[in-house]
Amino acid sequence: MSQDTLFDKVWDLHKVSSLPGGSDQIFIGLHLIHEVTSPQAFGALKEKNLKVKFPQNTVATVDHIVPTDNQSRPFKDNLAEQMIETLEKNCLENKIRFFNIGSGNQGIVHVVAPELGLTQPGMTIACGDSHTSTHGAFGSIAFGIGTSQVRDVLATQTIAMNKLKVRQIWCENKLSHGVFAKDLVLHIINALGVKAGVGFAYEFAGPAINALSMEERMTICNMSIEGGARCGYINPDEKTFDYIKNKLCAPKNENWDKALLWWESLKSDENSIYDDVIKFDASKVEPTVTWGITPGQSVGINQQIPLIEELPPNDQFVAEEAYKYMGFKPGQLIKNTPIDVCFIGSCTNGRISDLRIAAKVLKDKKVSKQIKAFAVPGSEKVANKAKQEGLDKIFKDSGFEWREPGCSMCLAMNSDKLIGNQVSASSSNRNFKGRQGSPSGRTLLMSPAMVAAAAINGKVSDVREFIN
Amino acid sequence: MKSEFIPPIGKISQISGKCISLIGNDIDTDRIIPARFLKCVNFDSLGKSVFEDDRKTLKGSHPFDLKENQDSSILIVNSNFGCGSSREHAPQALIRWGIRAIIGESFAEIFYGNCIAIGIPCFTLPKKSILNIQKYSKSKNLFLEIDLKNSSAKSEHLNFNLEIKESSKNMFLSGEWDATSTLLQNSNLIEQKINDLPYTKFNKSNKLFETI
Repeated sequence: MSQDTLFDKVWDLHKVSSLPGGSDQIFIGLHLIHEVTSPQAFGALKEKNLKVKFPQNTVATVDHIVPTDNQSRPFKDNLAEQMIETLEKNCLENKIRFFNIGSGNQGIVHVVAPELGLTQPGMTIACGDSHTSTHGAFGSIAFGIGTSQVRDVLATQTIAMNKLKVRQIWCENKLSHGVFAKDLVLHIINALGVKAGVGFAYEFAGPAINALSMEERMTICNMSIEGGARCGYINPDEKTFDYIKNKLCAPKNENWDKALLWWESLKSDENSIYDDVIKFDASKVEPTVTWGITPGQSVGINQQIPLIEELPPNDQFVAEEAYKYMGFKPGQLIKNTPIDVCFIGSCTNGRISDLRIAAKVLKDKKVSKQIKAFAVPGSEKVANKAKQEGLDKIFKDSGFEWREPGCSMCLAMNSDKLIGNQVSASSSNRNFKGRQGSPSGRTLLMSPAMVAAAAINGKVSDVREFIN
Repeated sequence: MKSEFIPPIGKISQISGKCISLIGNDIDTDRIIPARFLKCVNFDSLGKSVFEDDRKTLKGSHPFDLKENQDSSILIVNSNFGCGSSREHAPQALIRWGIRAIIGESFAEIFYGNCIAIGIPCFTLPKKSILNIQKYSKSKNLFLEIDLKNSSAKSEHLNFNLEIKESSKNMFLSGEWDATSTLLQNSNLIEQKINDLPYTKFNKSNKLFETI
């Protein structure tokens, strides 16, 4: 059992009681909600005649269903309109702060909370969305919950949960040039498997992690869930504090000093005990691309799609399914795979640094003719910053469409979808069958820089040939 | 498809029903219920759309479409079932189709928690046992009587033990799987906790915990 890790400390701090069944009752410091997984929770509260206990600890935005082409109201899609209206009504009735479209602060919930300074070290954060693990980048313990648990948080600000084990993922050395956080996390998930993290919190640590910016750390923690870990985190440091300072909801003046004093004490002890430790050499990671139907099925850009006999017996079944669905041959090179659609965005890679690196690749270049390419900023703040920097112009000049903020084609709940068996190069997080809106659509996950390179060449390419 | 949906309520100690076997590892919640069906403000109509895209692809030969499985209620799955998105719509679709218990090699964590929260016990068995059950139920109907207290299952010809987390088992036996009322009992402790947290104090006068 782990001891004295950041996870243990934050868990113990938030433990309200031991429940009769054997799980713990955990206080949730920050609860984030959106339009898809909250309406049924508010409905259940009403049914039980309960009120929202601490409305000030819940914050809402709208992201999954928003159109990215025309956001004027009412939305063209009646069901989407009904969902946003329901959220507006629930927030108003329950006095919950709601960052709506046009507020300047709307966007993907996991992009918005950090950029507003809502996400802080040492907090517990929950949201009805599996990528809540993103917030662990700040040294908070953050996890996705289902709608029944959203109801529980609204009603009690607590949930019933079994304590997780802690696995430290130590990343030695540094990522090499042209290799990004997305490549590292895809590499880790490939090595450990998509279910290795079940029952664990992942602590990402080591020189390679310390060297990452806050946005890159968010990409790493965001994908923890794709490795099966409900929660991933990084011990906070100067970069964390610098990022939060002066954000809208960050502590100010003497409160900042108090916060800093506490935050600086928040980290895993040097002699803390982990349930497991796994080491990686970050310098060995190549630009990485998925070839299959789980985020664990990936290879380096210069590698071949594995042969069935090269895979562990337990992975062979899904690999067979993946070859068939993707229409790829075992042993085939991933490089030069033709692409139809390029998508840059999502809670994994829809932040300003993601747009900057993609713009750097795209500058003075043109998107290949047969490609449909679009960029969806993660939030209104990201979009505004990108415009200030002229990034939107670079994208548009290259042939990319420049859209309004939202989750978009990461999960295709709005009208941004693949058609038929199109292949997408996507900076998002999931390559599941049908994930991007077409039941036979195919997704190749990669870093935003790699998506930009694929857009220019019309096929999977090594971004290192584009940037010096 | 069952006619009227009656949600489970209170203590759950026994589940009996016919098994339906679904083969495959890493079956994610996008496959259980594709995202377009999440455009709803209640769960009522999800049952008919469970595995929609997989079923369409298999044109009637998906286990959830086979005639002999229509009155099944115990789902037999392989490894890492329910991975991916946290959408509770996935178990809500399964329970509305008629699934009341799941037996598998392993489950993704958020999916597992969602199942417990809506009253679907999930049991685990070693890979080999799952494969045996799936093989057996392919050739003939397998009716199981699951006894939660003893974590066991029996049929006419089989008798075996099931594994379930002790905390989940206790919650079903006591009826506390619907956690809200249990959590509410500690109201005083919750009030104390929020006041004691360091960040409640230093965020008090800024915009984080602003009341509207």
